[in-house]
Formats: sequence, C-alpha cells, structure tokens
Amino acid sequence: MSKRIDVSDLHVYYGDFLAVEDVNITLDAKSVTAFIGPSGCGKSTFLRTLNRMHEVIPGARVEGKVLLDGDNLYSDGVDPVTVRSQIGMVFQRPNPFPTMSIRDNVLAGVKLNSRRISKSDADALVESSLSSANLWNEVKDRLDKPGSGLSGGQQQRLCIARAIAVSPDVILMDEPCSALDPISTLAIEDLINELKDQYTVVIVTHNMQQAARVSDKTAFFNIAGTGKPGKLIEFAETATIFNNPGEKSTEDYVSGRFG
Amino acid sequence: MATLMTERKRSALTQNRLPKYTPYVVAGAAIVVAAALMALVGFNVFAWALLSAILFAAGNVTSSAVVEGRRKAIDKLATSLVVGSFLVALLPLVSVIWTVLVNGIPGLLTPGFLGSSMNGVTGVQDNASVTNNTPVMGGVYHALVGSVLITLWATLISVPVGLLTSIYLVEYSAGNKFSKVITFLVDVMTGIPSIVAGLFATALFALIMGPGTKTGFVAAVALSVLMIPVVVRSSEEMLKIVPNELREASYALGVRKWRTILKIVIPTAISGIASGVTLAIARVIGETAPLLVTAGFASSINTNVFAGWMASLPTFIYTQIMTPTSPSNPDPSAQRAWAAALLLILLVMALNFGARLVARIFAPKTGR
Ligand SMILES: Nc1ncnc2c1ncn2[C@@H]1O[C@H](COP(=O)(O)OP(=O)(O)O)[C@@H](O)[C@H]1O
Ligand SMILES: [Mg+2]
Repeated sequence: MSKRIDVSDLHVYYGDFLAVEDVNITLDAKSVTAFIGPSGCGKSTFLRTLNRMHEVIPGARVEGKVLLDGDNLYSDGVDPVTVRSQIGMVFQRPNPFPTMSIRDNVLAGVKLNSRRISKSDADALVESSLSSANLWNEVKDRLDKPGSGLSGGQQQRLCIARAIAVSPDVILMDEPCSALDPISTLAIEDLINELKDQYTVVIVTHNMQQAARVSDKTAFFNIAGTGKPGKLIEFAETATIFNNPGEKSTEDYVSGRFG
Repeated sequence: MATLMTERKRSALTQNRLPKYTPYVVAGAAIVVAAALMALVGFNVFAWALLSAILFAAGNVTSSAVVEGRRKAIDKLATSLVVGSFLVALLPLVSVIWTVLVNGIPGLLTPGFLGSSMNGVTGVQDNASVTNNTPVMGGVYHALVGSVLITLWATLISVPVGLLTSIYLVEYSAGNKFSKVITFLVDVMTGIPSIVAGLFATALFALIMGPGTKTGFVAAVALSVLMIPVVVRSSEEMLKIVPNELREASYALGVRKWRTILKIVIPTAISGIASGVTLAIARVIGETAPLLVTAGFASSINTNVFAGWMASLPTFIYTQIMTPTSPSNPDPSAQRAWAAALLLILLVMALNFGARLVARIFAPKTGR
C-alpha cells in the first residue's frame, strides 16, 4: 500500500521559534521525493511533522494541514500512534534496539504493540522484511544474535526492515546514509529504488548526487539566515532541479556556489 | 651514498638518569635509618613504617632532583603523594576488615552459631561455657532472618516507589516545577539522619496502630525512607542515559509511550537500575538506629514482620556489646557480636558482588 501526502500552509514551531514557514507540497504515492538544502534549514523538522514525531519534543507544535490520502493528520481526535504506524521513519544514526536480537528488532513494531502473531507468521514476516531490506542473506544464520553486532550499514538496513515490518504506507528517511561508507550507501540507494514500487518514500539528504540518483522529485529548502525560518524554495522533477532550476538560489546550491 | 648509521653509545635524546636499582637502595637505606632513629626514642612498628615511608619518598625525590632534574623530581614527588594518600585511605579499611576477621572467625565457626537463636540462652549458659571452657551457646539465626526479612520488605516498598518516581521525573515531567520540587525533596531525603527515619516510622505507626507498635514492618518502612531516595537517584541517572534515539525509534513504529518505557527504556537501563537497587540494599542492611526504635529486640525467631518484635544483625551486635547476656562474663557476648559483625560485612560484600553480577547479566548483549 502506498499513499500520497498533501501539505498545505504548514508552519512548524519549537515553542515560539518558527522553524519552518508556510510549506505547500504534494508527495506522490509510489515515488521517491528528496529534500535538499543547507544545514539548519528545517528539513528534519519538516520531515518529522509528516508522521507527528515533531511533537515528541517538548514545546514543539504545528499549524496547517497534512493530508494522508485526504485524511488530515492534525485534525482533532487523530491519535499520533495511528499516524506513526502508517508512516514509518528511519533515522540518521542507525538505532537498533540494543536489548533485542536481529529477529526481535524486526518484530519490534508488532511485538511491542503486543499484537499476537504465530511463530510461522513471525518467521515469514522476519524473512520478508529482511529480504525487502536486502539484508536476509547476510543475517539469516544469526537472527538470534544482537542487532548491535552488525556493521553500520547492516544496522541501518535492519532499521529499514524494522520500519517495513509494520507495513506502513509511507517511509520517511532522515539522512539515512550520512553515517555510512560508500558501499553501504550504495546498498541503501538500491534498496530505496526497490522500495518505491510499494511505498511512498521521502528522503532527506546532504548528498546532491544521491538525490539525483534516487529521487523522482526534489524539494529545495533554504534559510535566509540564522534565527530565520526555513522555507520551501522550489519543488520539481529532480532533473529540473539539477539541470534547469527556476530559482537563482536553487541553482547556486546545486552547483555548489552556495553562500 | 647512504651508509647505515650505528647507534650511539650515549643517546642525545636522553638526559641523566638514575640507575634502575636506585629505589631499592633508597628504600633499604630509609628502613635502616628509620630503625636507627627509632632505637633512640623507643621502638614502635607503626612509627617505623611511617618514618621509613617518609624517608624513602624524601630520598627518592632528592636524589632525582640532584641527578635527573626538576621535572622528574616533581614527577616522583607527585607519585609519592598519590601512592601515600592511597595507602592512608586503605589503612582504615584493611584495619577494620582485619580486626573483624580476627575477632569474628572463632564465633562464626562455632557450631550452631548460624543455625540457632538466643532463645533460652542466659547468663547461666555463658558462665558455664567460660568456666568449663565449652563452646559458646546461642546464635544469630533469628537476627539473620530478621535482617533479611526487614530488608526484603524495605526493598519491596522502595523499588516500586523509587522506580516509578524516577520514571515520572525522566519520562513524563519534562522538567516542570513539580519535578524540581520532587528532585529537591529527594536530595533532602538523601541526607536524612537514619534515626529520624526511624522516629518517622514509629510516629506514623503510633498514629495508625497505636503507640508502641514495634514490628519488622515498621522497621521496613523506616529503612525504605532511607532507601527510596537512593533508588530514585540511581534509577533516574540510569534512565537518563538511555539514548533518546531509542525512544524515537519506538514511537516511529507506532508504539505507545508507556509501552516504549516498559519494553524499551527500562530493559535498556535495567542493568544499572538493578545494581543501583542492590547497592541501596547494601546501604541500609547495616542500619542500626532506625531498627532500635522500630523493631525492638528479640532473642527468639520471629518470621512474621507484621507482629511482634524482631531481631536484626545490627541490633544483635548492639545489644550483645552494650548489655552482655552474662554481665559477669561478657566474653561470650563479645564473641557473638564480632561474629555477627563479620557476617554483616560478608553480607554487604556479597550484595556488592551481586550488584556486579546483576549488572553483567542484564547488560545489553553485544557481539556477533
Ligand atoms: N529540538 C529542537 N529545539 C529547538 N530548536 C530546534 C530543535 N531541533 C532543531 N531546531 C532548530 O530548527 C531549525 C531547523 O533544524 P533542522 O530541522 O534540524 O535542520 P536540518 O535538518 O535542515 O539541518 C534550526 O534552526 C534548529 O536550530
Ligand atoms: Mg537534519
């Protein structure tokens, strides 16, 4: 399953500080959207509003609408837990649960919610999730070993498998490769390309080549100066952003002439 | 053309150095000189050792200053100070353990000491054992049972209260005013004199059950007043170091907050929490004053914490020393007191080892 996201007039605050101002954007189902922009322009902040992880931070709040296939995530009575089980997230630093085995990490989303699952269903879920994350062959002989014993790249793919295992509609990734070596990065990029057949994928990246390689559309965020809110400057097909951007600042950024 | 350079006899990279055997020579000289000085004023092993150590340090530093230069001399001076302070700190510990071992082992090895109570043991038996030179009668079983039960109940009260408080402080309070007040009160409670805790429990139960209520449970309440702040503090520190990333990873899977705390945060911190609890137990198991005013004394076995006075190891030691069973022959009582003291120290040591073991068992597994 895969759903589209429509964001309208979204303002994101940390307390009184307006971190991201007035975003309007549509993320298509079964596509990869990349967010690029300088550090501190609010990419992570905006990404976290898409599955209501933003409000986990004390004082953090949001104004505006985020529609998941037409349902507003922020309307009254929506349980953030429901939202998060439909919109999964992969973080910058791989963070498998240190107390759990590889297998339990994959099953975490199911087991922590104490949904009953038979052993055979669990086995099937572990295998399919790990296979989707291109990790099955590497770990199938040591599923009962701790997840923290894997390499950084493997841990990140384990985290992706963990996110996939709860069968979300959308997967958000915040710089998933920034802590990884080039080989592991390539493995994750291949994986993203496969994931878009089933999921709506949103990825924040600092790596322009990566955005060009994996994404269908690219959103460029920018910030006028420290203390100013971040803004969505331009959103278009990735090829357009990189070859023929409409805005001067986008061109400066993607060609490396920034600042 | 490049030729291989041979190593120089005397490296230009080194300075003057004292020969390796210098410390031994200085030590020997220090011991001899100290012995000579002692002979003048009257011999005393302790003063001799102290004087030797001072002379050794002084000799080492001076010789180094003369030959090796200022930096090395200061290095040696600092080394002497550090090692000296370490020995000074160690001295009371070793001396206490030594005294308790020497005085306690005979009593602890007496048959029946661990298995019998003081029920029926009076001055008559003690006088008989001294005059006939037979083994000392009576034992510590009732006090051991009392200590274990009281501490167990104190733990049963303190761990839920302490752990839930720390969970509130770390996971739910978000640093609000109320949590600052709690933290302040917990800090104040850490410094409460233990006798005050005892009086508090006595007064509390005097209100509820009537004045003069002395049971093991009252003692457990008194001890938990002392334990709770320690448990709160150590659990709080342990919960704080659980990385936020793990909480967020769990939330992002659509897991509720309380389940995240129960299934992710606590299991990650459990090794530290458990060893903190064990250390808190070790801290209160030797408390004497609060037990005196809450559990009273007993010479027979009482396994019911809710009724009747109850003995414990610290109060057992106290009564045996202060009011010997046989006033004319206090030696059997002293022997029992020392043996109980040794047992108490062994118990605390076991708890400390237990804390390490617990930490190791619960620690998140690593490895491939
Ligand atoms: N937890 C927070 N509390 C307050 N301000 C924050 C917090 N996290 C980020 N910010 C601020 O929000 C702005 C956007 O940050 P972020 O979304 O992390 O940028 P990016 O991911 O694009 O580098 C920055 O000015 C940053 O200082
Ligand atoms: Mg970021």
